[in-house]
Amino acid sequence: MSLSLYQTQVNSRLLLGTAQYPSPKVLQDAISKSGTDIITVSVRRESSSDQAGQHFWSLLKDTNTHILPNTAGCRSAKEAITTAQMTRELFATPWIKLEVIGNDDNLQPNVFELVDAARELSRQGFQVFPYTTDDIIVAEQLLNAGCEVLMPWGSPIGSGRGLQNPFALETMRAYFPDTPLIIDAGLGLPSHAAQAMELGYDAVLLNTAVAKSGKPIEMATAFSQAVQAGRIAYQSNPIEARDMAKPSTPVAGTPFWLD
Amino acid sequence: MQITLNGQTIETQQTSLDGLLTEQGYTDMNIATAMNDNFIPQTERAETVLQEYCVVEVVAPMQGG
Repeated sequence: MSLSLYQTQVNSRLLLGTAQYPSPKVLQDAISKSGTDIITVSVRRESSSDQAGQHFWSLLKDTNTHILPNTAGCRSAKEAITTAQMTRELFATPWIKLEVIGNDDNLQPNVFELVDAARELSRQGFQVFPYTTDDIIVAEQLLNAGCEVLMPWGSPIGSGRGLQNPFALETMRAYFPDTPLIIDAGLGLPSHAAQAMELGYDAVLLNTAVAKSGKPIEMATAFSQAVQAGRIAYQSNPIEARDMAKPSTPVAGTPFWLD
Repeated sequence: MQITLNGQTIETQQTSLDGLLTEQGYTDMNIATAMNDNFIPQTERAETVLQEYCVVEVVAPMQGG
């Protein structure tokens, strides 16, 4: 049941973001309850007086998880590459969740800059997790650029709308059967995560749905169970949907049956 | 000389990036640096020469999604 991402084996198929939690303690407990093996982090300007980043760094080291730094906020390949280089030194990992935003309203990735950045970062030895759309041509170009994992959006970041285009996501799954595919962004409910896993996606990545819920720790548990349920369902060969009813109770021997 | 550090204009007499970081209190901290939009590895900070009006970024771990 383990998942291999750039030759790293993980057991959990839920990747969890670390932003927007009501407190560091709630974040720690949510990480623990989610069972996640991978948490996402970012970088921001550091003040030498309050040293906020240093306190967060201490917390991170106690989570015993793999760190997946992101390039959130970057709007060009150049910005994303420089940010990735800084994260590699800060977190001592070649992993990078590559985000290059192209639209301020829906935070849609700029896929042209994304592919350029992915190519250069792969050349520099990074292991790139690109936040992309469900466009399979872009996906092919990302793979050609050196990516071994793809992370299409479910819906816009933080929207909680779930999978807006399951057909496109199914197509992507069918086109790339051997590539780890992770739904990144837009999930709001555990049922959204279960649906993604039932489609055959290898994992889901989410943040807001847990952090901004009324009870983040409980919601982390709910998402963890949903991801496991969806994965088991996918592996259990679900039935085909039918247009007409079909009785599940055997008809033969029904009492009072009038021949 | 006048430089920009994390978006703030400051005056410094330091000539190297390493000296600037020490002057500004960034000691024994897990940070990463860039100058004029280019990453400067920790191993190159001492030999990186500051220039008038250069733009320095100092970042650290932060919560992210």
